[in-house]
Amino acid sequence: MSSVTTPVSTDGQPPKRKRAEIGVKTLRTDRYWVQPLVTFIALMLFVIYSTWRAFMNADYFYEPLISPFYSPCLSTACPPGSSFWTPLDLPVAFSPALLILIFPLGFRLTCYYYRKSYYRAFWQSPPACAVAEPHGKYTGETRFPLIFQNAHRYFFYAGLAFNALLTYDAIIAFRNHEGQWGHASVGTLVLILNAAFLWFYSLSCHSCRHAIGGRLKNFSKHPARYKMWTWVSKLNGNHMRYAWISMVFVAFTDFYVYLVASGKITNFYFF
Amino acid sequence: MTYTANFRVWRGIGGEGELQDYTVEVNEGEVVLDVIHRIQATQEPDLGVRWNCKAGKCGSCSAEINGKPRLMCMTRMNTFEEGAPVTVTPMRTFPVIRDLVTDVSFNYEKGRQVPAFSPPKDLKPGDFRMQQKDVERSQEFRKCIECFLCTNTCHAVRDHEENVKFFAGPRVLMRTAELDMHPLDTLDRRRMAQDELGLGYCNITKCCTEVCPEHIHITDNALIPLKERVADLKYDPLRWLGNKIRVRGKDD
Ligand code: SF4
Ligand code: SF4
Ligand code: FES
Ligand code: FES
Repeated sequence: MSSVTTPVSTDGQPPKRKRAEIGVKTLRTDRYWVQPLVTFIALMLFVIYSTWRAFMNADYFYEPLISPFYSPCLSTACPPGSSFWTPLDLPVAFSPALLILIFPLGFRLTCYYYRKSYYRAFWQSPPACAVAEPHGKYTGETRFPLIFQNAHRYFFYAGLAFNALLTYDAIIAFRNHEGQWGHASVGTLVLILNAAFLWFYSLSCHSCRHAIGGRLKNFSKHPARYKMWTWVSKLNGNHMRYAWISMVFVAFTDFYVYLVASGKITNFYFF
Repeated sequence: MTYTANFRVWRGIGGEGELQDYTVEVNEGEVVLDVIHRIQATQEPDLGVRWNCKAGKCGSCSAEINGKPRLMCMTRMNTFEEGAPVTVTPMRTFPVIRDLVTDVSFNYEKGRQVPAFSPPKDLKPGDFRMQQKDVERSQEFRKCIECFLCTNTCHAVRDHEENVKFFAGPRVLMRTAELDMHPLDTLDRRRMAQDELGLGYCNITKCCTEVCPEHIHITDNALIPLKERVADLKYDPLRWLGNKIRVRGKDD
């Protein structure tokens, strides 16, 4: 028989209730730590790769291909032909990637999906569902600095400008090395795919979904925005997938340009 | 096909207690709640367990099974290996009344803080007219069976009991989102969501969504949209300016 007995209260008050004493951080028996670990490793690899490339300050342009890490190239030190606007007179040693990466970085850092993944994988808040987090105190996104996550929409708008620019870069890649139009190479294809994936990522953004129609109360008064909202909502359901695909592919695109620019491979032309 | 399972059930009153072991018969097609009932019928007549529908629709039988917050009546025994122990504990976030029965009044208290649906004053109940597309979003949230597994799993209160003062939990915030999206609700609920119900405590890590037995997209469809609505009001200087100088209309 059970050892449980009805507690007798001595002061006539109902017994005070507390949470169940369980003692262990979790009773989960599955391998809940695999997913945060995989996320951690994948994000770390990306951070390491992009840091290496951002500071390299070389092999990012080979007419007509430019790496997405270095576009737009705003420094006068950028190689000729890599940019149509170089307003900043910077020392040659200063990597022009550092001027612009803050925007895509900020976009991804404040992205609702990445927030979930790094809060879980890096900050362990929580490491997995129903697994206790190690921190003694928690205020979520209510105060500095995390309250700035609410600025995500501004990074989203900046991201749109970058997408437009990278699309432009992909279009001008329909030229050969001598600058003549009407040619296409593996590099063209890579740049096109990169721009496309970035568009999918941006358009599936939660802030985009909100701006396009989510903030409305009456969809029936705004049929066009409602229609667009249903499309964006569909994309939004796959936001995590687009986040990963576009991130891996942007690194791959940069790596491809690196290989071509450093002479390790030749950019094969279809026509 | 009948076999004998090893169950570990948390037993105790008012928080003090421990896991106790039971060996108990399991038959084909049974769910965890059936086995708990068998323990109650054959070994422990005073085992406390709350249930009503046995169909995943009343939200009474919430518990944690092998550490995962779930409905006991919807957790099939054939998802476990036959010899492996099955651990059943009460929800961790809420105070225990007895054994597997917890006191979930926290959720009702927070729920009462949310002002009821407020239609326009001049509109009589029989005259509500809405189009399907206007209520679709709210309808998803109406599937809620108030099992409170979401709030139980949310680390913001689960791992930080002191936050119950500031954070209402996903269930109640979803209700707020539902009303804020309702075409005939006249209140602006955004400031309350942030300042009184603690929306900022949510860090969108989606555990509520992961455990919801009704598969409601709580985070994607309620909490994140609500965060965006709050940002319109409190964290977007351009929109604030736009509203002040009235270059844009209201988002009706
Ligand atoms: S998404 Fe937010 S409300 Fe849901 S469990 Fe995570 S922190 Fe809690
Ligand atoms: S939202 Fe889902 S998990 Fe939360 S109380 Fe409702 S049905 Fe349960
Ligand atoms: S880019 Fe991920 S939510 Fe905006
Ligand atoms: S008994 Fe009703 S939901 Fe399980």
